[in-house]
Amino acid sequence: MATLLRAFNANKASWIGLGIVALVVVAALFAPLLAPYDPLEQDVLDRLKPPTADHLLGTDYYGRDTLSRLLYGARVSLVISLSATLIAMVAGSAIGMLAGWRGERFDAVTMQAMDMLLAFPSLILGLMLVAMLGPNMPNIIAAIALTSLPTFARIARAPTIAMKGRDFIEACRTLGFSDTRILCGHILPNIFPEILVMGTLWLANAIRTEASLAFIGLGLKPPTPTWGGMIREGFENILDSPWLAIVPSVAVLIVVFAVNLLGDGLRDAIDPKLRNET
Amino acid sequence: MAAFLIRRAAFAVVTLFAVLTLVFVVVRILPGDPAQLILGDQASREAIEALRARLGLDQPIALQYLSFLANALRGDWGVSMVTGQPVLAEVLNVLPWTIDLTLVSLAFGVALGVPLGVWAAVRRNRFVDYLVRVASLVGLSFPAFVSAIILLFLFAIELHWFPVISARKGSLQAWAQSITLPAISLGLTTAAYITRVTRSAMLEVLSEDFVRTARAKGSPERIVVWRHALRNALIPIITVAGLYMSTLIGNSVLTEIVFSRPGLGKLLVGALNQRDYTMLQGMMVIYTLAVVVVNLISDLAYGVVDPRVKLG
Repeated sequence: MATLLRAFNANKASWIGLGIVALVVVAALFAPLLAPYDPLEQDVLDRLKPPTADHLLGTDYYGRDTLSRLLYGARVSLVISLSATLIAMVAGSAIGMLAGWRGERFDAVTMQAMDMLLAFPSLILGLMLVAMLGPNMPNIIAAIALTSLPTFARIARAPTIAMKGRDFIEACRTLGFSDTRILCGHILPNIFPEILVMGTLWLANAIRTEASLAFIGLGLKPPTPTWGGMIREGFENILDSPWLAIVPSVAVLIVVFAVNLLGDGLRDAIDPKLRNET
Repeated sequence: MAAFLIRRAAFAVVTLFAVLTLVFVVVRILPGDPAQLILGDQASREAIEALRARLGLDQPIALQYLSFLANALRGDWGVSMVTGQPVLAEVLNVLPWTIDLTLVSLAFGVALGVPLGVWAAVRRNRFVDYLVRVASLVGLSFPAFVSAIILLFLFAIELHWFPVISARKGSLQAWAQSITLPAISLGLTTAAYITRVTRSAMLEVLSEDFVRTARAKGSPERIVVWRHALRNALIPIITVAGLYMSTLIGNSVLTEIVFSRPGLGKLLVGALNQRDYTMLQGMMVIYTLAVVVVNLISDLAYGVVDPRVKLG
């Protein structure tokens, strides 16, 4: 972990990524303090205004302040994508480690199922799940988590198999440690950095998927501000008020880029072999 | 090669079967009676019963499952609950639009990504390399609808170079005009992805002995890079391009919405909004088929690019 931090330190780009991500997290946390207006407050006299001193990023069709909605939207985006990624990380790694550890039939059947899940377009899978279960926070989180599950299972499985035959694991077995203790106490710490890197890269994907679902109309119900939902509403007025769609679009782009930058830096840090590659 | 292909084909069949079963189960555990949903709250009991009988919903579940499988294999996917048209016909009607879009996007992604990746690898750690790496990371970060909206705004609304609604066909010019922006916006992430994979594959190959040998015997650098090295870097490129096709097919939904382009995506979103379950079933099957076929094609491509695969 210490070498990981040192290697990460040397990479300027990942610090930029981390900085932007931290800024967005702070903005989301303190949205009520930072937002100049109530994100739901409508003002029919101030509809579809371009950016002005009063409304730094303009107002939407209902006269709501775009900047305030953007800040509150960051909360939705982060809560959904972080929870979905965490769930996928924990459940996926558990499945992968178990499959690798138990081997044989269990491994074959589980990984076959994971491959099928991986083969299906994740956006369409998420879309169908949310449409059928209903667009609320737990369902959206579950759908996004399910689509990223197989990647974590794959990442966790291979090193588990490789480690199963190593001497130190053999020693644990001789000492009579339970499977759970060996898996959690001795194998997990060894594969954790890789899972963390994959988690960061998939967080970027989760943010994108959440925004895409909301853009299609499968996000949290209006009037809750979500970035994808704002883009959807803004897109309806793109001919006369283009900034309404462009501003949240750029917000999504910047956040996803920052998370990707961070994930790239982390990957380079844990695997010197991969440095400057992919 | 034959054994390999048989194994892949078997996986494809199992996947298809599993998806069909999943579709059947999901549609039936959904809350609400489809017959009730179609006819609405005002419908009489008799009308609902009659529709249930017509849809086969009154039969035992095992029988429903078997007839569902048999019909799916025969190409009878039922009729749309909304339009009353056969599902398969409606799907086949818009399928060419989506195939057009994904193939042109893939072509754009390869045409841009491979040269950029090679260029960056050859100039490793120089300015060009950094530029390409940052640009490809930006490209990877675009949600498909964001790139679509930005391109639509710049080139269709502001500059009027392209139509705002990309649904024209007929002459070659109309086709090209209506596909350019959607294909670029969808192909942008593909290009970024392929750039990164090409770069890392080329870096690996360029450090191998045979490349040094080729240089030592005096082959021009152009030949070394583009013929000897690239050919050996193609396998990982094809692998990820094949894997990425599934994402491309998924993202085409967003592109089609933004550019008001007919296709599977628009059909899918329409079916979702109107709870057209028979249409959704059919679409799940067609998407799975598409992914399975793409995977098989990329497996075949290995054999073409790398003669060694045939021996295995």
